[in-house]
Amino acid sequence: MTGDPLFIDGVDLVDIGIMAAKVLVAFTFLLVATMFMVWFERKLISDMQNRIGPNVAGPWGLLQTFADGVKFFFKEDLRPENADPLVFRLAPYIAAVTAFLSFAVVPIGGSFGSGSSGTVTIFGRETYLQVADPPIGILLLLAMSSIAVYGVMLAGWASGSKYPLIGSVRASAQAISYEAALGMATVVVVILAGTLSTHGIVAAQAGGITRWFVLSSGVVPFIVFLIAATAELNRPPFDLVEAEQELVGGFHTEYSSIRFALFFLAEFMNVITMSAIMVTLFFGGPAGPILFGMTWFWPTVWFLLKVLAFLFVFVWFRATLPRLRYDQLMHLGWKLLIPLILFWLMFISLKELRAANDWNWIATYGAAFIALAIGTALLLAGLRAGDRAFQDELEEA
Amino acid sequence: MGYLGGFKVTFMKLFEERVTTEYPKEKRPKPSRFHGRHVLNRYEDGMEKCIGCELCAGVCPARCIYVRGADNSESDPVSPGERYGYVYEINYLRCIHCDLCVEACPTEAITESKLFEFSFANRSDAIYTKNELVVGDDGLPQRQPWELWHEGDDLATSGWMRATASAGNPDYENRVGWSGELGYGTRDPELGQHDSASDEKPETLAHEHDQLEDVD
Repeated sequence: MTGDPLFIDGVDLVDIGIMAAKVLVAFTFLLVATMFMVWFERKLISDMQNRIGPNVAGPWGLLQTFADGVKFFFKEDLRPENADPLVFRLAPYIAAVTAFLSFAVVPIGGSFGSGSSGTVTIFGRETYLQVADPPIGILLLLAMSSIAVYGVMLAGWASGSKYPLIGSVRASAQAISYEAALGMATVVVVILAGTLSTHGIVAAQAGGITRWFVLSSGVVPFIVFLIAATAELNRPPFDLVEAEQELVGGFHTEYSSIRFALFFLAEFMNVITMSAIMVTLFFGGPAGPILFGMTWFWPTVWFLLKVLAFLFVFVWFRATLPRLRYDQLMHLGWKLLIPLILFWLMFISLKELRAANDWNWIATYGAAFIALAIGTALLLAGLRAGDRAFQDELEEA
Repeated sequence: MGYLGGFKVTFMKLFEERVTTEYPKEKRPKPSRFHGRHVLNRYEDGMEKCIGCELCAGVCPARCIYVRGADNSESDPVSPGERYGYVYEINYLRCIHCDLCVEACPTEAITESKLFEFSFANRSDAIYTKNELVVGDDGLPQRQPWELWHEGDDLATSGWMRATASAGNPDYENRVGWSGELGYGTRDPELGQHDSASDEKPETLAHEHDQLEDVD
């Protein structure tokens, strides 16, 4: 919250009121958006499969999720006999709360660039259109996505049943593997922006599409981030965590009623949050042309449209890509994404360092090229040795 | 396009026509040899075709048919032969509509109509007895209160029978091998299951097959 001009000159009741209103609006927005995200996904995926999808509850089936939610509330809440009572109850809340918390640091509006610093005026007070702007904003996001793994892990472990356990073990292994790539893609953005605060990152991208980090970082970090985010969200094609054909329902097999609904909510909420984070990190957040009047209104519209585009992409992934095998998942994560983003991270750091210290062009990039070639050769040799060992193991078995 | 070709396929699907039929609201036309609930046919003079031989009960894989035959009385026979179906029951909680009973029947007594939308509120309604199965005096199936009928469902109850020559040859050989039916007489053949055959349907059916029935 430190960056927010709301608190610069002390805190009084109006400030607290504005803060409470922001929290309430963000909370409600996220809940409603999640509700429509479920509808959007079901509708879009049926469109992509020549089906109609939900169309009975409300106009165009818009109230389908609402109906499902009401149904969940009235279902019996079962707990398996072997389950650990406390942890079994705790897990869904970990998942849901972390999903809510990550959204708090995402700036959802405010005009950036050309003199204005992304503030809006509410009741005569200047403030950011985000719940909180901690100086470690991005770290908070990474921390929350890590803690969310505990929700899944504990749910599977506490269920006292084998399929949830396998699902949760897969989930933690997958999350740890892809968090590395996700984190390094984020670090690229942090290096370019020079700040960890989400507000600062958006401000650094103000001033036209070419300033957006998706282009100025060279697209690769964005693609790595997108793939790693899909894996972090356990969405197809990386939905091994809840591979229905193999694991019944994965980590939430034993959950029913409102506890299952919480997992469901957290999952779709994370999709929205992750889309919002990608917009913030790579697509300039709320940046976009102010068409007429209402300077506070248009950035939010652009932000929502960009998020919607990513939601579409996630559903598109689900409609198109078949699920990866587990070794393919690990292969993609460790042998492709991590080396790629590692090289890219070093390249970007070098570029920034050269610009800052005014190093010689040829010497810098020549040394970088040699280091890159050696690194690639070592890596390829390592990968080949690993493959050979794997083949030998297969032949022995 | 390589790896990304699939994305184009799914995206183009957005603009294609939907294949879903919203079933209770709209209904697709049924094929002429649809397997619905059974009828017990009668000859043109009103006699029942069933002779109580129990071949249908014997062949039924779901064991849903129960038949008991009895001798016809000389003064007031129910069927032309020596015996008739005294008890005839089909349990529709078990029937799988495989039509083996229709194939087994030596007198074409049992055939299947196109009625399939029926829901009973108790088990005894699910067991159709002879009174319910046998065709009425107009030669049409008798409508039960729990059945939902659509136009043409009760017509052409013996399409399959008339599609195959008695020799078992799917090409109809221009020789009628079946008996007449009450209300219809000796019906025209269906043109068989051969690829080149194009069935000409009676006027009422042709109309029905042309358009989706909208009951909304």
